[in-house]
Amino acid sequence: MAEKKLGLQTVKLKNPPSIISTSSIVGPKESEGPLREYFDIKLEDDLFGEKSWEKAESKMVREAVRNAIEKAKLKPQDIDYYFGGDLLNQIISSSFAARELQIPFFGLYGACSTMTESLSLGAMNIDGGYSDYVVAATSSHFCSAERQFRFPLEHGNQRPPTSQWTVTGSGAAVLAKKGNGPYITYVTTGRVMDFGIKDANNMGAAMAPAAADTILRHFKDTGFDAKDYDLIITGDLGKVGRDLTVDLVFKNGYDISSNFTDCGVEIFDLENQDVHAGGSGCGCSAVVFCGYLYNQLLNKNLKKVLLISTGALLSPTSTMQGESIPGIAHGVTIERMG
Amino acid sequence: MEKKMEEKLKKDFEKIVHKKNPTSKFVKDCVMAFVVGGLICDIGQFFMNTFLSLGIPKEDVSYYNAAVMVFLGAFLTGLGVYDDIGKHAGAGSIVPITGFSNSIVSPAMEFKREGYVFGVGAKMFVIAGPVLVYGISSSVIVGIIYYFLK
Repeated sequence: MAEKKLGLQTVKLKNPPSIISTSSIVGPKESEGPLREYFDIKLEDDLFGEKSWEKAESKMVREAVRNAIEKAKLKPQDIDYYFGGDLLNQIISSSFAARELQIPFFGLYGACSTMTESLSLGAMNIDGGYSDYVVAATSSHFCSAERQFRFPLEHGNQRPPTSQWTVTGSGAAVLAKKGNGPYITYVTTGRVMDFGIKDANNMGAAMAPAAADTILRHFKDTGFDAKDYDLIITGDLGKVGRDLTVDLVFKNGYDISSNFTDCGVEIFDLENQDVHAGGSGCGCSAVVFCGYLYNQLLNKNLKKVLLISTGALLSPTSTMQGESIPGIAHGVTIERMG
Repeated sequence: MEKKMEEKLKKDFEKIVHKKNPTSKFVKDCVMAFVVGGLICDIGQFFMNTFLSLGIPKEDVSYYNAAVMVFLGAFLTGLGVYDDIGKHAGAGSIVPITGFSNSIVSPAMEFKREGYVFGVGAKMFVIAGPVLVYGISSSVIVGIIYYFLK
């Protein structure tokens, strides 16, 4: 068995990389949400001074990455690799940002699971001795996602209560070989799970089996359970998917109900912000982690967190062809030492 | 997840999801659709009466009326109001001709950035296209049946 592999799907990092800085940018609606004080940059205009939503999203990525690197007192040329992706076709937000940043770039697509996918690969890259500094970043934009996956913005349709609201935001984290933490200590890579959900307006339900499976796999591989964590938090399951995940995990013999939540539930005020089941999108777990969770880890309010970004691997074409929605979830353990 | 458990949960998943899913507020949605849909019809009727009182022949009035209502739908879409109405009214604002207008104007606005030919021109009918195709097709079929039965 591989030297650092633990169980079936987990890696234990020998030299845990330190997350030395993060940066988060959010749109106007997120700036009114309960986590508003934790975000670095709050946009008043969701076009960000650009001519299209796509250009605005790419600018958010670029600025988030630049800001995170600056906060770490580094320069873009100090960064060995940039791992990132987003929701738009051919991941243009990320690659167009990489065009400006000129950091060697690995473009990833894990739908909304891309934040932990990029953190996982970045952490393994550093632990493997291939780099000193790595940046992991993802983004999503409500308006660019709507036009790609759903209806034009001004179309007068009604959303079902299971639908979610794509977060406008981008988060970037700089990982380093040395630093004062918090550290990425374990990486559990998810497998694609499909329990046959076909309703593209119920992504939480489509992704819940993948989230539950990754949590269970992580527990089995590492020997941890819910008690070992201050917080277990999924990416963008929303209210429906969060409850389903607790249920699925419970049916497999673990009770996570006391310290489990979801970034999509936390980022918006579900009662008053008209977001139905909660937030979604790559940007959801990215800004909640880079904004809120990172702050809580630095301030020692949280010591050990299991972050599991969740992705629905559908496309508008697959939905129209009647395919069900495969889900994926990647987990990373982030902890302070001492 | 253990293989056996996974298969069992996969089989029962539809039921589990069904139990957890929040349901739409059926009565409220119906009332809102009825009220807003009814109001749109009232406005239409108002214009119809006005045109009739202006002495426009009865058989021409519906053309005038459609033009006004389509304009209103497009105008409210352009102002960014129609999607807010639709959020609350649902079918109440989709079914009337103003909703048809909204379904053409909203993609036209959205895809302007891709240019006037392959953006506006090509994408304008992404939502309304099926309505036109099947609306026109079925009217042709009904027309043929009517011709033979007459």
